[in-house]
Amino acid sequence: MTPKRKRLWLLVGSLGVLGVAAALVLTALNDNLVFFYSPTQVAEKTIPADRRFRLGGLVEAGSVKKAGQEVRFTVTDTHKTVAVVYRGLLPDLFREGQGVVAEGSLGPDGVFVAREVLAKHDENYMPPEVAKAIKEAGQWKERK
Amino acid sequence: MIPELGHFALILALVVALVQGTLPLVGAAKGDDRLMALGSTAALTQALLVLIAFAALTQAYVTSDFSVVNVVANSHSAKPLVYKITGVWGNHEGSMLLWALILALFGAAVAIFGANLPDTLRARVLAIQALIGTGFLAFLLFTSNPFERLSPAPPDGNGLNPLLQDPGLAFHPPLLYLGYVGFSVTYAFAIAALLEGRVDPAWARWVRPWTLAAWCFLTLGIALGSWWAYYILGWGGFWFWDPVENASLMPWLAGTALLHSAIVVEKRDALKSWTVLLAILAFSLSLLGTFLVRSGVLTSVHAFAQDPARGLYILGFLIAVTGGGLALYAWRAPKLSPGGLFQPVSREGALILNNLLLCTLAVTVLLGTLYPLFLDLLTGNKVSVGPPFFNATFVPLCAPLFAALCVGPFLGWKRAELWPALTQLRLAFFVSVAAAVVAAAVVDSRSTLAAVAFGFGVWLIVGSIVEFASRIRLARVPWPESLRRLRATPRAAIGMTIAHGALGFVVLGSVATGAWHLEVIETLKPGEKTHIAGYDVTLQRVENVQGPNYVAERATLAVTTGGRPFTTLQPERRLFVVQRRQIAETAIQTNLLRDLYATLGEGDPNTGWVIRLYLNPLAPWIWLGAALCALGGFVSLSDRRLRIGAPTRFRARTAGPGMTGGTRGPRSA
Repeated sequence: MTPKRKRLWLLVGSLGVLGVAAALVLTALNDNLVFFYSPTQVAEKTIPADRRFRLGGLVEAGSVKKAGQEVRFTVTDTHKTVAVVYRGLLPDLFREGQGVVAEGSLGPDGVFVAREVLAKHDENYMPPEVAKAIKEAGQWKERK
Repeated sequence: MIPELGHFALILALVVALVQGTLPLVGAAKGDDRLMALGSTAALTQALLVLIAFAALTQAYVTSDFSVVNVVANSHSAKPLVYKITGVWGNHEGSMLLWALILALFGAAVAIFGANLPDTLRARVLAIQALIGTGFLAFLLFTSNPFERLSPAPPDGNGLNPLLQDPGLAFHPPLLYLGYVGFSVTYAFAIAALLEGRVDPAWARWVRPWTLAAWCFLTLGIALGSWWAYYILGWGGFWFWDPVENASLMPWLAGTALLHSAIVVEKRDALKSWTVLLAILAFSLSLLGTFLVRSGVLTSVHAFAQDPARGLYILGFLIAVTGGGLALYAWRAPKLSPGGLFQPVSREGALILNNLLLCTLAVTVLLGTLYPLFLDLLTGNKVSVGPPFFNATFVPLCAPLFAALCVGPFLGWKRAELWPALTQLRLAFFVSVAAAVVAAAVVDSRSTLAAVAFGFGVWLIVGSIVEFASRIRLARVPWPESLRRLRATPRAAIGMTIAHGALGFVVLGSVATGAWHLEVIETLKPGEKTHIAGYDVTLQRVENVQGPNYVAERATLAVTTGGRPFTTLQPERRLFVVQRRQIAETAIQTNLLRDLYATLGEGDPNTGWVIRLYLNPLAPWIWLGAALCALGGFVSLSDRRLRIGAPTRFRARTAGPGMTGGTRGPRSA
């Protein structure tokens, strides 16, 4: 092989690997992108029942009801609310009135079936999406 | 008084770093020996000054000096001593000070161990190192002063985040930083080489120990972080593809690629400008990681102290380091003497494939991590890219990497035959196919993918053993001859075998835990029992216990198997009094082949307590494998060819026999 052909070979090989990677990334992004919606957006959009998404907002005070491992609560952005059901252990920082992000999908009855309720390391921390959702609902109060 | 001393030492360190970052560069350009020699002195002085500052902050923590804001915000007098000390870096300011300290110590190490470097190269490396240090010291002093005072001093502090009061996390940041910051030395070497306009095998040999050391620490740091997440978060998982985890994985991937491409520079004097580029990128990715963690631009479970101003500073610094490095690269790299071309089927060909795949993996992780950020900026849509994305991209790309990993060491330099190499590996191939078939048939017939991945893990282990056996010609020559060959095997080669094989253990552990774990969630009242994989678990009692700075509910779970007592698990829910925060303390019983893992949820005597049980097969192998991987790196680091006295440009030309080293047969390293 001449040096020119070798270089060509190397180039083709590299492009091949990158092409495969790009194809994998694009299909994966298409299938696995999880959108974040606030309760207001959930009310406005028609989200297919099996579509996985993240729901964020505040856990409405007085809404948490536990029955065995099943927990039902309501997520609010102070404008609209979504009922959530979750089976499993709640993160340690799960509190009424605190920010929460749940990942899952809407059930046929319109109740959000959470597969995962996300924990945060820091209790002063407000997930940025939640802060944004509450701001958009016009109920944001700066607090320190 | 002592905090002011620390603050003053930090200011002095900044001044020294400025001097160290400029004058030796001028000296190297003009050939002024005195200005160049200044670099080493300044590096040692700077390290001493930052060490004084760090000691001063530690002193404030140990004595609970609540006139210092940082101590008030992150410590409490009732905290155990060890967490008072580790609390120094359990917060933003302190961890940045630790970063600056490690950076300065690396600079001092270059000054001490770099005696065999040519004067101009050493001066330039130290200057670049100091310029990076200047950036961090200025960041500390102007945006995150750890020595800020508070008057009047409150009677007690707010305490440390309870999640951080844990031995695993206490040592996670220092190890991770040793890795991140270690790549600053490689970066400095790359920039210095561009300034010198010369990259040759001697350069590669000088850079290699620093890259190796950084890589080993980063490996340990990532493993420790993953282990911590596994036992503290109580979700039974070990890797969540969280942006902050990805931030540490990207420099690791780039660093691994660098480690391999530097070998090609060392042995074949080729792939030079690529290696320099990788060195720049590895450190840039380390900084990107810091930016992601510190600025909070991405939603992450880590969500540390966040401050847009600090994020902006680090972003600017990141742009300066990456942009400056790349601009210099674009300008100077074409001037580097080109390396030779080579056959695709050869050791260097295999190493190029390794680099190609590792870099593609790094780019994939980068895309998945930053995509939500870009989409938010462009469209305002909030999205998250979770584990499914990485499982669909990262994991398939690992397959060719692992497949080629065992073949590469069998190929000779320059020109090799593929078929003889594959013939030597036929045993490994059949064993791993058998392992995959057994895994699919016995363990789990639903997921063939997991079985295939399991086969790859076996392939890595057996392939590495076969490679080592063939190196010492085990069973082909009489055993005393094999023993003699074993003694003559360079440490770098032994290290390689260990690290490659260890990767197999990580793969096996990850696959088995990820795909084949069992999970049981039950609400139990005292006296009730549940089952998991042949174990009967009875909740005996839940009692209140008092810790040093927390109160806890402790469940006692009696585990029996076949009617015989097996073990007792005692998971806790701890309430940290000062912060009013609850933390689950998992209980894990391991026999190194599987973990029995229990966490205690909320509950009371009337309704019972929620108990979550996991059986994680091969879970300990993930972290033992990673530790073994790092051990392989350290063994390679102890290779005498890398030590001081290794051939230098100067000596290679003039010194007699014994100093030339390097080629010890076609397959050395």
